[in-house]
Amino acid sequence: METTVKIREFLEKFIRDADVADDEDLFATGLVTSLFAMHLVLFLEKEFGVKVDNRDLDFDNFRTINAIVALIEKKRATA
Amino acid sequence: MAKEQKIKCVVWDLDNTLWDGILAENDQLLLRENVVRVIRILDERGILQSIASRNDRDAALARLQAFGLEAFFLYPQIHWDSKADSIARIAKTLNIGINTFAFVDDQPFERDEVRFAHPEVLCIDAAEVDGIPDLPAMMPRFITDDSRQRRAMYRSDQLRNEQEAEFTGPKEAFLATLEMEVTIAPAVEEDLQRAEELTVRTNQLNATGYTYGYEELRAFSQSPDHRLWIAGLDDKYGTYGKIGLVLMETSADAWVIKLLLMSCRVMARGVGSILISLIRQQASKHGVRLLAEFVPTERNRMMYITYKFAGFKEIGEDERGVTLLENDLSRIPPFPEYVRMRLTGMA
Repeated sequence: METTVKIREFLEKFIRDADVADDEDLFATGLVTSLFAMHLVLFLEKEFGVKVDNRDLDFDNFRTINAIVALIEKKRATA
Repeated sequence: MAKEQKIKCVVWDLDNTLWDGILAENDQLLLRENVVRVIRILDERGILQSIASRNDRDAALARLQAFGLEAFFLYPQIHWDSKADSIARIAKTLNIGINTFAFVDDQPFERDEVRFAHPEVLCIDAAEVDGIPDLPAMMPRFITDDSRQRRAMYRSDQLRNEQEAEFTGPKEAFLATLEMEVTIAPAVEEDLQRAEELTVRTNQLNATGYTYGYEELRAFSQSPDHRLWIAGLDDKYGTYGKIGLVLMETSADAWVIKLLLMSCRVMARGVGSILISLIRQQASKHGVRLLAEFVPTERNRMMYITYKFAGFKEIGEDERGVTLLENDLSRIPPFPEYVRMRLTGMA
């Protein structure tokens, strides 16, 4: 799916093990830098034209590629 | 310009400001010794300095080097473009607000152009140079070890940034090449000036925007009901100095993070997440609830995201309208492999 591909391309710039499965925990091995988290949120907002509210900013929404895709789809459906 | 705003960076013109004469006209250039004196004083105070000059870059840098002054200036802008743009570029590269800039030039035209584009920049006539060190805006409240080393630290940043720009792999792999060492310990007397400086200088990465004075911080550092931790960072390029601060109100059943801040120089280094990780580990060890206060400002969304990505959830607001977050202390990640941790005084 296109959304998945775009997210994966973005993650490859930051994460060493870019071969993660869609349901694999992206953050299991290490910690996220504040800048990476900010980049990710800004990327999603810009790329998919959604507004990520404070309510959406639960770590569980970003833990896996599938979770991120689900969040984007939910935001698009309610936009 | 707000009178209270302290200047963090002074940008100098060259011709007929730093030296007498005009380089492009092949004049005999005479260094103005009184200007050099001011540059040295500002440097000692931890005020950064740069250059905005319309000149040939190589020729001007060669003269600066011959005068032994090139090391004082970060990201010098020597070209034929507008000085207003030059100042904006320096501010962006150093990652400090343009309202903390001063600009010294002998030409009224140049000062007007900068003032027009950036009304918040303090523009100073080169004829007034001798008065600069006495301006209140040029007097930091404290001069700490970190302020004295500030220029050197920004120069190592320049080097790191160049390396990072050249590095083609993922960011995480780049971090691993830095050989970072994070030191976290309770703040002691010698740290308090720097701690105050951090609360005053940091806007973007301060989760509550609270600032505390020296006496308050000293009281916290000695209080049995508080924990005040200060974090430092070093890597193979040198030290970043003391770059993070945590203040918690600690009782027998809960710890409340009142202040979590870090210098914007380290926001791509994961130090905030490491600090939160340590706090979670310690809270878990002490068997207390872990809460954090958050006060949104225009610039600190990154800290909110940092908390949320560390598993904090909003549980409400207190009577002052401060957002309260709580961490359930499950799934605390280990420290990342690419940093060496030096923890002291963690009971």
